[in-house]
Amino acid sequence: MNIPYLTSIVIFLPLVGAVLTLLSRSVNTTRWTALVVTTVTFVVSLGLWTGFDPAVSTSDWPQLANVWAGWFGPGVDVKYFVGIDGLNLLLVLLTTLLGPIVVLSSWTYIHKHEKAYYTLLLILQTGVTGVFTSFDVILFYIFFELTLIPMYFIIGIWGGEERVYAAVKFVLFTLVGSLLMLVALLFLGFAAGEAINGGVFTTDWYTLVEFNMPAVQQGWLFLLFALAFSIKVPLFPLHTWLPDAHVQAPTGGSVILAGVLLKMGTYGLVRFCLPFFPDATHEYAMLFAVLAVIGIVYGALVSRAQTDAKKLVAYSSVSHLGFVVLGIFALTAEAMQGAFIQMINHGISTGALFLIVGMLYERRHTRAMADFGGIAKSVPVLSFFMIFTVLASAGLPGLNGFVGEFLILMGSFKSATVGSPWLIAIATTGVILAAVYLLYMVYRTFFGPLEIEANRTMKDLNPREVLLLLPLVILMIWMGFAPAPFLARSEPAVQDLLRKIDAKRAQSAPAAEEPVSMLYDGERFTPAPSVR
Amino acid sequence: MDLSTAYDLLGADLVATKSLVLLTVLGLVAIVVDAFSNDHKSLPWMAGLGLAAGIAFEALTLFQPSGTAFYGMLRVGGYAAYLNIVIMAAALLTIILSVPYLKRIRHNYGEVHAIVLFATVGMMVLAASNNLVSSFVGLETMSIPLYILTGLVRDDEGAIESALKYFLLGAFATGFFLYGIALLYGATGSMYLPEIAAHVAANGPSVLFVAGSALLLIGFLFKVSAVPFHMWTPDVYQGAPTTLTGFMSTASKAAAFGALILVLYIAMPGQGWTEALSVIALLTMVLGNIVALAQANVKRMLAYSSVAHAGYVLVGLASGSTDGYSGALFYLLVYTVMNIGAFGVMSVLEWDERGGREQTLESLAGVGYRRPLLGWTMAFFLFSLSGFPPLGGFLGKYAVFAPAVEAGLTWLVIVGVLASAVSAYYYLRVLVVFFMKTADEVRVPVSDAPFEVPRSTAVVLVLCAAALLVLGVSPQLLEVTARFFSSTGALALIP
Repeated sequence: MNIPYLTSIVIFLPLVGAVLTLLSRSVNTTRWTALVVTTVTFVVSLGLWTGFDPAVSTSDWPQLANVWAGWFGPGVDVKYFVGIDGLNLLLVLLTTLLGPIVVLSSWTYIHKHEKAYYTLLLILQTGVTGVFTSFDVILFYIFFELTLIPMYFIIGIWGGEERVYAAVKFVLFTLVGSLLMLVALLFLGFAAGEAINGGVFTTDWYTLVEFNMPAVQQGWLFLLFALAFSIKVPLFPLHTWLPDAHVQAPTGGSVILAGVLLKMGTYGLVRFCLPFFPDATHEYAMLFAVLAVIGIVYGALVSRAQTDAKKLVAYSSVSHLGFVVLGIFALTAEAMQGAFIQMINHGISTGALFLIVGMLYERRHTRAMADFGGIAKSVPVLSFFMIFTVLASAGLPGLNGFVGEFLILMGSFKSATVGSPWLIAIATTGVILAAVYLLYMVYRTFFGPLEIEANRTMKDLNPREVLLLLPLVILMIWMGFAPAPFLARSEPAVQDLLRKIDAKRAQSAPAAEEPVSMLYDGERFTPAPSVR
Repeated sequence: MDLSTAYDLLGADLVATKSLVLLTVLGLVAIVVDAFSNDHKSLPWMAGLGLAAGIAFEALTLFQPSGTAFYGMLRVGGYAAYLNIVIMAAALLTIILSVPYLKRIRHNYGEVHAIVLFATVGMMVLAASNNLVSSFVGLETMSIPLYILTGLVRDDEGAIESALKYFLLGAFATGFFLYGIALLYGATGSMYLPEIAAHVAANGPSVLFVAGSALLLIGFLFKVSAVPFHMWTPDVYQGAPTTLTGFMSTASKAAAFGALILVLYIAMPGQGWTEALSVIALLTMVLGNIVALAQANVKRMLAYSSVAHAGYVLVGLASGSTDGYSGALFYLLVYTVMNIGAFGVMSVLEWDERGGREQTLESLAGVGYRRPLLGWTMAFFLFSLSGFPPLGGFLGKYAVFAPAVEAGLTWLVIVGVLASAVSAYYYLRVLVVFFMKTADEVRVPVSDAPFEVPRSTAVVLVLCAAALLVLGVSPQLLEVTARFFSSTGALALIP
């Protein structure tokens, strides 16, 4: 099946849907419109999966690319340029899959200003899909910022008690990072244009990857880019906005935030920081790996200390995404493959955790674990999904979480940049700690004596809720038992990226210097004149 | 100067400047009509249609080669047409917003329309002047009506104070401006911008020339309210009637920046004002945004924000490149649309009769739901002001910041983006109150008195919001302003 402009359709279909929901008259029409549009988008996006051929190299050009070169007019090389390669395919599909799930999860949860909510949700989906598919950095930046506005309103209007604080903090943290990235991006575009593009400012990804910046400038540009993405990931110690945003956001917002918005940070690191600034990446890899490992352990320990189930899941994100960052900066094929799978895994399993915690909240209007206990007896179906998801999230072999973490840890051991056995050993404790805090949550909420009357009469999942959890559970099993088709799609692109990084490193490595003998004249050393 | 062909040329010149002539005549007619029948219904229609016709005339010459009129005193076509369109569009939107607003605050005088027209004429002369004398005439023709408009609400002490302050400080700045012109004339023997440049190119810059340029710049920087010449801005913008504040903060800045760019580009090319302008841009962005943080009154907050925005435009000017100048021109267009919109929304929200015209932010809690149109259009304006894509404000910032990075002013741009991150905080605070607070969450009483959004106002607000979206996703439009500075293009300012 070959649909023209398929990538662009997947990006902008939700935006069209947003206009439709805006025009809808009743709450029911709004919800159904949003559901139909996101479902159709998901079905259409499956065309990306079938249309993408892993055997075709994306080294010089993405697949299913759409380009509008005249977008910025002549004089600058900034274009509308979207496409699919091994790095973004799975993330785009994750985004489109979560679309209908989030709409379904909001069905009864959101009961004020529904029209605005679904409109913003659809705009958000366009922004996220655009972020993952952009091959022009300015275009990427526009989509990246576009995601801020809807998320700001979603947290700020439909959130919990401290929603305003959380929303503003979320925006300001991200904004500071991304604006500084914009400056670095402009600088890079002019430098690359001057050096290899005939003096024309360029933000084309493929051109910028070709450009090998002097190592001196790579350092601060790398840091500005990495700052923006590290805030988004969020990497310790820039994570403080995350628990606030997650806890205050409505369930749908949390799912999107955990499922795909955080991935924009890790994806940005891989897509831009690594290939643009390979020397700086090598220089700072250890720093980022250490921060990632601190994040893994810290996030896990703080999770264990929570009494609020949603906060627990929020901090677990810090821990899980630490693994992803570790895998990225290991700069080996296994670890980076693992990082990509882990991004998808985290989107699926943490998304599911937030959904289930949201369902509990909807039933009891509390998220404190102390208010539950023993509910496995009263809501067996919900409990089944919860336990299943927890096992996947904790990395039980046979489920998806195991594949990603295993690949990351294995790849990091072999890594030349972060391959300290001590560091990896500490990171591995994160897997154990994950089991501890997640099983603790399950124990506190689902088992033990069923004492509170409200818990006894709690309703089990309705068909809508089962329907929205089912695809996620199926994926957990599928990706756990047969990850090969997923890994096969990202592998060529990962290999290609690492090859490009190595090639640029080799290019900029100083030629072996001739040893110079020094002469000492009693006061100071001076280089001896060359004998040749 | 050969004056024997003066009458022959006069006819052609009047045709070339037909929008100026039309607005002047209409302004005079408006005064006469108003003398017989106060606030006659036809007055806004007359002014509005005249401005619309003027915009149409100028649009026809936008893509024609730039020329001069009246013995090279004024520029016509191309660059001048672009700025004239921006200024007249601002005036047109202001007139539409002002009619219901002034009626509600019971200061609906017919003269307002005539005065707005005269101010518009002054701005257009200023923006198009090719000679320092016409700059001065334009500047004064612009300023005096603005002093009057500031004090329009004559029974309000604040308004009178701000008008007087504006007048005194304005007169002071005019002194600088005039003194600068005198020194420049003494240094170069001409007031024509190209001749000044030619003289300096031949003889090098003298001390007198540098002193004159500096004084002239101070005059301009006062008019665009750049720090440290911004002291009048908050008081004046707060005291003036809201819709007219929107007009002052946009059109007069567009005119003054337009004239300043002409002076920098034509009369003083490569004269090394980069450092001075960079420092002023930096101070303006930082101070404007930080002081705006502390404001509880929305109008005053927007006043400081407009100081900050002058700083962004100055970044484009500081880069000293043609890309920077064209970016600044583009920014002025975007800024005009979003700021008039923001003040337009605030003008409708001043419904509280008891509270007077003072408008604290918190009294507007939840207004975004009671009047969704005001709320959501305000969201467009504020997100655009803080520079979020895909709205015009982002592209405007891109247009002024990118040339500055190219010119090696990366440090200035870093300060600029950090300042605009600060600005996001106070802009978002407005939206927080509009959408995320309820009446019982704020400390001040919230007026829930019913009020109408006039249909004409609604149309203007929706149009402005839509225009921002279009400006934000159509970066090809940057080409329009870039062509005025291209060295080879037919539109080039310097042939």
